[in-house]
Amino acid sequence: MLHTFVALVEDKPGVLTRVASLFRRLNINITSLTVGNTEREEISRMTIVAEAAEDRAHRIMASLYKLENVLEVDDVGRHSAVVRELALLKVVCTPETRADLFQLAEVFHARIVDLAPESLMLEITGSASKIEGLVQILVQSNHKILEMARTGRMAMRRGHHTSRVVEALSDITPGSESVLAGKPKHVALDLIAEEDHA
Amino acid sequence: MSNSGNPNSSDPAITSQPTRLTGAETLWATMVGEGVRDVFGYPGGAILPAYDALRKFPIRHILVRHEQGAAHMADGYARASGRVGVAVATSGPGATNLVTGIANAMLDSIPIVCVTGQVSSKVLGTDAFQEVDITGITLPVTKHNYLVSRTEDIAPALREAFRVAQSGRPGPVLVDITKDAQQNSAIFDFEAAAPAPYRPHPMLRADSTSIREALDLLRTAKRPVILAGHGILHSRAFEQVRTLAERGQIPVACTLLGLTAFPASHPLNLGMMGMHGESWVNQAIQQADVLIACGMRFDDRVTGALATYAPNAKKIHIEIDPAEINKNVRVDVALIGDLKEVLETLLPLLPKRDGAPWLDAISAMKGDAAVRDIQQLPDNGHLYAAHVMHDLWRETNGDAIVVTDVGQHQMWEAQYYKHDRPHSLITSGGLGTMGFALPAAIGAKVACPDREVWVVAGDGGFQMTSPELSTIAQENLNINIAIVNNGYLGMVRQWQEFFYDKNYESTPLLSPDFVKLADAHGIHGAHVRKRGEVISTVQAARKHDGAFLIDFHVEQEDSVYPMIPAGAALHEMIRRPAGNPLVETASKA
Ligand SMILES: Cc1cc2nc3c(=O)[nH]c(=O)nc-3n(C[C@H](O)[C@H](O)[C@H](O)COP(=O)(O)OP(=O)(O)OC[C@H]3O[C@@H](n4cnc5c(N)ncnc54)[C@H](O)[C@@H]3O)c2cc1C
Ligand SMILES: Cc1ncc(C[n+]2csc(CCOP(=O)(O)OP(=O)(O)O)c2C)c(N)n1
Ligand SMILES: [Mg+2]
Repeated sequence: MLHTFVALVEDKPGVLTRVASLFRRLNINITSLTVGNTEREEISRMTIVAEAAEDRAHRIMASLYKLENVLEVDDVGRHSAVVRELALLKVVCTPETRADLFQLAEVFHARIVDLAPESLMLEITGSASKIEGLVQILVQSNHKILEMARTGRMAMRRGHHTSRVVEALSDITPGSESVLAGKPKHVALDLIAEEDHA
Repeated sequence: MSNSGNPNSSDPAITSQPTRLTGAETLWATMVGEGVRDVFGYPGGAILPAYDALRKFPIRHILVRHEQGAAHMADGYARASGRVGVAVATSGPGATNLVTGIANAMLDSIPIVCVTGQVSSKVLGTDAFQEVDITGITLPVTKHNYLVSRTEDIAPALREAFRVAQSGRPGPVLVDITKDAQQNSAIFDFEAAAPAPYRPHPMLRADSTSIREALDLLRTAKRPVILAGHGILHSRAFEQVRTLAERGQIPVACTLLGLTAFPASHPLNLGMMGMHGESWVNQAIQQADVLIACGMRFDDRVTGALATYAPNAKKIHIEIDPAEINKNVRVDVALIGDLKEVLETLLPLLPKRDGAPWLDAISAMKGDAAVRDIQQLPDNGHLYAAHVMHDLWRETNGDAIVVTDVGQHQMWEAQYYKHDRPHSLITSGGLGTMGFALPAAIGAKVACPDREVWVVAGDGGFQMTSPELSTIAQENLNINIAIVNNGYLGMVRQWQEFFYDKNYESTPLLSPDFVKLADAHGIHGAHVRKRGEVISTVQAARKHDGAFLIDFHVEQEDSVYPMIPAGAALHEMIRRPAGNPLVETASKA
């Protein structure tokens, strides 16, 4: 099963290596990985897509949390989330094929961001399947793709949900049903209680 | 030589007010502030500024003979005392020599901090003389590591390293400090360098529902067994585990690293589980209906074939590391948190139960194997390692800290030396690092100078780190050394005997005269070839003021029984053969 992990990590040198090294150690291939800034200067956000069985996914999450520089991990596939990817496609374009390409772009809500004498560049944002749909059509219509660049997925949960661990960094409030609540050390945070049902 | 009691000791107030210090001074001042009294190390160019400043601080430095030894010493120091062990090395080869020791600490979750010198920040990444990317190399074998290239970052990184090493599931941390960071100066403010407070793993969970589920399983259990692991030592949950066992009348099986977590002489203690555990221990586990795993990680030496492991048992796993849950064995109830805290929540709710029928059943499984004391067997002229361990246990009243190497002797120690005191067995479990014993014992002795310390090593493993005899001599440490000399890489020979048609390829081993080797270091020693000489020689070693080495020339082709072949089920063990004059006669498991 394909899992989409979102990890909030400290923005420091070497953190990406630590995260990547963990997947290597577990012998899990990373399908895609994006890293970028967040609403907080000192924190970066990684979206990691990887193929893993359910029990392995739990272990990946638990192991990611063990990395000192990782602040929060979410397996967004378990929730309703907006998942997007961006692709740039350079396609051969002659006067004869131009109209068709413009039409395809319109149907797929892709933008033409560069036009050269013999090629054009399409920019498309959307789910992976939408991007793959465009690629498929281009190929089937004998349009030659000269170059393709995909960002890999980015994901964000829908609704009011925000990063609780980051919120809690200044103010840790243990889950109410925890019998260990109030203990000074190793508190049962129950922070990811809902996720754990699976 | 040691710097302890050095009259040039720094003002202890150094940590109380901000002062301008060099990075080198900052390094030691931070350590003093963290309570470090002893470090194990080896100098070289990139760490020379730090060594230059060492004399000003009340820290004892033990000069090792190989940096692997420094890491093992820090490891033994930590295991014996519960304090963080510290190893220091230079860049390049000094740093890479630490790696085996760091990996060893990683697999057994031992809190050590390793400090390495690094080339100047200006030349980082240029293949400068003795430059290696040690943070890259140790990334998968440390809990965390740091590359520090600015003086002002030394204290915060080091203080965080000490916090990381000890908190949650402990482990090794490496701090790599560039030479210029050691040489430059900055304001040192110990308090301001305090790390952020420990953040518990967010997946810790021991909520009321799971506690209730665990209690329900325990209340109705007919054949429960406690699996006592190393985490009991980390958590210092001795009392709680004991209460759990006694109130529930639940028998206790120990992992190798959990052997000192529950007194060997306690009537509920069954002994060691797993590959070389006694048959009744593994049978009890296989027949159990509830297993309560306390701070143990279901290592493959412990479970045998997973498909057939304790098939009828509901499993309760009390564990601080969520990544260990369902890793090897699927569990029914996971209580994720510090063992002591979880048990303190659970115990008040645990009713007394009558364990007699199940305990009787286990006694029956023991048959006469347990009562047949090897001491009772007539002397047949042979010297068996089991005799040595047994007599050593008797003579030391089971009170010594025993530090073993890896191999057959390690298993015989585990079987025949009965440990009643926590932390009194120090052994390399997860990595199984030959060469561990001698340096780890040095660490243990430095940590606990008033305790009797015995090394138990094989003829093979001893030779991997035997230069540390020099360290013992230089530091004048009173450590006793028992070499179980069977002329073979015995554990491997045993596998060749059982699984490779006795093809003893590359396992016969020529050794120096270990007594002469000791003598060359100014260390006393004696050979023992007969059982009758064991006790008197052990007594002589104990009486002698100073280190003493005994070379026990034991039976060469003796094997460790019982044994579960790798991949076999826990109850499918190879029992002691009838022809072995040692103990049990063979019987079907
Ligand atoms: C030649 C050889 C033969 C061996 N044969 C055997 C054998 O027959 N039987 C055997 O048992 N072993 C054997 N071993 C050792 C084996 O390889 C493992 O090292 C050992 O079983 C691990 O024991 P453990 O799980 O208790 O300790 P560890 O591996 O140290 O695991 C401890 C667990 O406790 C957890 N923990 C830590 N702190 C806490 C806390 N505060 N609260 C709760 N949990 C905590 C940790 O997260 C970890 O999961 C052998 C080793 C060698 C080299
Ligand atoms: C560094 C290292 N290399 C190889 C091994 C594999 N190994 C495990 S036990 C063993 C034999 C140990 O021989 P010895 O030290 O004489 O002890 P014995 O088994 O004879 O008691 C070997 C080679 C190991 N554990 N560690
Ligand atoms: Mg040997």
